[in-house]
Amino acid sequence: MSSIAGSKSGLSWAVHISVIALVLLWLFPTVGLFVSSFRTADQISSSGWWDSMFKQEQNLVLRTAAPSTQKQEDGLYVIQGNIFTENDVSTDGVISRWGTSSRAISDYAPGDTADMGKDGRITLQANGDYRLVNDAEFTGSRGERIFATAKTPPVFTLNNYRTVLFSGSTTDSMAKAFFNTLTVTIPATVIPILIAAFAAYALAWMRFPGRALLIALVVALLVVPLQLALIPLLRLHLAIGIGKGYLGVWLAHTGFGLPLAIYLLRNYMVGLPRDIIENAKVDGATDFQIFTKIVLPLSFPALASFAIFQFLWTWNDLLVAKVFLIDATGETTVMTNQIVELLGTRGGNWEILATAAFVSIAVPLVVFFAMQRYLVRGLLAGSVK
Amino acid sequence: MHPALQGLITIIVGVGGCIGYFYVSNIFLDKVLFPAKGPHAGRNINRANLVRPWLFLFPAIFALGLYLAYPVVATLWLSLTDRSAGGVFVGLANYSQMISEPKFWEAIRNNMLWLIVVPAASTAFGLLAAQLTDRIAWGNIAKSLIFMPMAISFVGASVIFKLVYDTRPANQDQIGVLNAVWLAFDGGAPSFIFLRLVPALILLAFAAFMAYGIYLALRPLIWGEASHGGGSWWTVPLRGVVALGGAWLLWLSLKSIFSVLTVTLPYGEPQTWLTITFWNSFFLMVVLIWIQTGFAMVILSAALRGIPEETIEAAIIDGANPFDIFFKIKVPQIMSTIVVVWTTITLVVLKVFDIVYAMTNGQWETQVLANYMFDKLFRANDWGVGSASAIVIMLLVSPILIWNVYNARKEMR
Repeated sequence: MSSIAGSKSGLSWAVHISVIALVLLWLFPTVGLFVSSFRTADQISSSGWWDSMFKQEQNLVLRTAAPSTQKQEDGLYVIQGNIFTENDVSTDGVISRWGTSSRAISDYAPGDTADMGKDGRITLQANGDYRLVNDAEFTGSRGERIFATAKTPPVFTLNNYRTVLFSGSTTDSMAKAFFNTLTVTIPATVIPILIAAFAAYALAWMRFPGRALLIALVVALLVVPLQLALIPLLRLHLAIGIGKGYLGVWLAHTGFGLPLAIYLLRNYMVGLPRDIIENAKVDGATDFQIFTKIVLPLSFPALASFAIFQFLWTWNDLLVAKVFLIDATGETTVMTNQIVELLGTRGGNWEILATAAFVSIAVPLVVFFAMQRYLVRGLLAGSVK
Repeated sequence: MHPALQGLITIIVGVGGCIGYFYVSNIFLDKVLFPAKGPHAGRNINRANLVRPWLFLFPAIFALGLYLAYPVVATLWLSLTDRSAGGVFVGLANYSQMISEPKFWEAIRNNMLWLIVVPAASTAFGLLAAQLTDRIAWGNIAKSLIFMPMAISFVGASVIFKLVYDTRPANQDQIGVLNAVWLAFDGGAPSFIFLRLVPALILLAFAAFMAYGIYLALRPLIWGEASHGGGSWWTVPLRGVVALGGAWLLWLSLKSIFSVLTVTLPYGEPQTWLTITFWNSFFLMVVLIWIQTGFAMVILSAALRGIPEETIEAAIIDGANPFDIFFKIKVPQIMSTIVVVWTTITLVVLKVFDIVYAMTNGQWETQVLANYMFDKLFRANDWGVGSASAIVIMLLVSPILIWNVYNARKEMR
């Protein structure tokens, strides 16, 4: 802490440890979701994600190979194979107990033979090798069900991401919502920047009556809750024929983003060196030229910070999209809305939920870590003066 | 690809339209309306310069007016009319209907709790993180990891914390961290220390802090310092209100200490955290605190860096310990930044909607104003009451609005 005079403070270790604890505490929830998105539904529901790094005991429901694979040996009909590989479970599992009915899942030890009457006799080894034997031919299309308690090593799968991104299922797929979100976000980020930049220049470098009043107005509008805007604007959009749709949500995001954009950009532009601008004026540059050739390029850091803000805000937004975009058909759903719906319909299916949530979180996180510098700068300009 | 194409076209049309508007209107102003030549060149240049700011400002003013200023007035009007009766003026009927609803008072009560807990906790954690990471080598990495939740949507954070709060029946392995930790407590000595003693001590510290705050607020009134100490008359009711609020919190915390020490805890039973009334609001608040701490930390850390080294060195030479330096030298110097952080988080709290909507949707007494309003608007289709509750949110925001404008104007002079 106060190691100014070169003396190492005795608290130094305590500081390191508390920072580590704090960081772990803050990361823990996100890591949980991240790890869960790579686990199968069975794994998630049978043990906490923090156990996923270790071998764990699981109750598995497995199926032998289908009757179509049977062979005839010495007058007996035989199906054999490895129960783990045939069920896409990790091959290194060790079975401790098993059974043939859901009411008695631990009747047999590995190596025992279970007699299933006319369905045949099955012998299951600890490593998953099984041999199913019957006097008559096996019929039906599916194999026998086996219930096994097995220790399986940690397995991670990309299947959840496949389901969520590429399955095309109407309820689980995030692909459409992903593109919809992108469609909302990009115009809603680009358009306000341009409008705000001109306004900020006028408020920073042009003299006209009412300027102070306008700046005060922008500061005031900065905190107006957008809840107030919902009904009047929805009514307006419906009345002038925009209705619910992309155009409406772009306009809404533009309007709601403007105060912050103008405020940030003006604060930045005011700080630009006066000499440059006055020299340009003396040399005969018009305001328009000064703006496009001098102020705009110099303001790049402020433009970048606002762009990140607006991008994160529009990408993560639920309320504005729900009110101005998503109609009854649900064709234009965005990711946040899709996740809320998944929470309702698939509240217990953590593999789908976790993966869907992570798909929506991934893009902002990449932007965040890549452009953190600008984000911090924008935050500081926006609140500390 | 249809909407994407539409988006691309909108970007081109929007950006092109904006640039075109600014460019063409400037040309029009300079070449056609007030050309800088001929007999009136000088006068024309002046006139053009009078008009030009408004050309630059027009799109912004139009959008701000239409999307933020007009809705304030329109919502106020809607809150005074009845939609089902064709929009006739009904006076304060919507408001009286609203205050007769228990759900509204539940929302107000919860919002007050949110307003106290979230800004306080986020600022405190943020200050702690900022101070701790200030002087260590890997501080920047630690900071960016604590800051990370800022990028996560409220909905994403809700899913993350739903997993943390998840509950399985008693005979199964718990997959939610909170229940797994909870089941590790069995009523023995560690349970007593962590679940009773530590919370009681924290509450005691809070109560002491509140008592000190009340003392600070009332001191000038008791000793009559207000009259000649430079304070103006209007601070008297303000101090009274602050003291009353503090007394209420003091009473609450003392009551809580008692209940923490005496309540029987259901050890060994997995809890459905989000359905435990009153406390579930706190579990929702944790989500927002988790997100906002990073914000507070970044800003406060910049403020801490801005403190002049000499003041700290002088304190060290005078023999101050690290805690004295932090609380008596650093904190007072960054007080204005703390206030800014506090108010910014307060604004976020007042508008909090997604978290409650996604996690409980206001069930189990977790309703907050923003979600109550959404409920009224789009589920009950009652625009009058919905607008009335939006106006309530606006009223709660307005002190901050006035304070911000006041500060901005002071700064510009």
